[in-house]
Amino acid sequence: MVYLTRKAEFSASHYYHNPEFTPEENRRIFGKCNNPNGHGHNYTLEVTVKGDVDSRSGFVVDLKQLKEILNREVLEAMDHRFLNKEVPEFVNRIPTTENLAIAIWQRLAPKLKAAQLHRVRVYETPDLFVDFYGEV
Amino acid sequence: MFSASHRLHSDEMSPEENVATYGKCNNPYGHGHNYALEVTVSGPIDESTGMVCNLGDLDGFVEREILEHFDHQNLNTLAEFAQAVPTTENLCAAIYDILQRGFTRAHLEKVRMDETMMNSFEYAGGAEMRR
Repeated sequence: MVYLTRKAEFSASHYYHNPEFTPEENRRIFGKCNNPNGHGHNYTLEVTVKGDVDSRSGFVVDLKQLKEILNREVLEAMDHRFLNKEVPEFVNRIPTTENLAIAIWQRLAPKLKAAQLHRVRVYETPDLFVDFYGEV
Repeated sequence: MFSASHRLHSDEMSPEENVATYGKCNNPYGHGHNYALEVTVSGPIDESTGMVCNLGDLDGFVEREILEHFDHQNLNTLAEFAQAVPTTENLCAAIYDILQRGFTRAHLEKVRMDETMMNSFEYAGGAEMRR
């Protein structure tokens, strides 16, 4: 079994707000991230898949196909978007980096055929990242 | 880090299948990468040294047995790839085998190789990796 990791970058805006909280609670819990006009990040996504090396091709997965799946399922939907308003997963869910990693996992897992999804890592900034292994 | 060239081509495939599978990597004259290698070992801390293993020993082994062997070579011409396509998957496994056979001063956990800034590969002897 070999693990392969492909990186991608996208930029998006978001804000954190829970309608069940009072305005004061929202400000206290989410701080600057509660600014209703949003703010943005350059996200770095690392997708790790695992599988046996095909004896004919020497590949775990065709990197070109993996890149196309990442582009189609994640980047086209999220790059240069306001996550709260433009990505359906976040209409009723707060677009934290935790929830972003889960949403990306759920988008990718059914699309991968040859290899199995192992980990989704999302960097919100170079100092902060989330790992998700598919176990909610 | 080491730099090497390779061409992805399988004799078991037709020319058309090779191009369909490997794309630009099937270019007959090959192409190169700067490969970044990460070796992870584990073990108990030696009480007298405070070390898992002497990094000098590990560095020396990697320099002698891996970098001198692969750096500035055409991977397709090496014995490891006489029968196998020199994908980074297979390169990872070949390097893992060299370490597993020759470096006995700590337990080998995994080998990770960055082929480009966007792609990397990890191999733990076929086992599931620790998280």
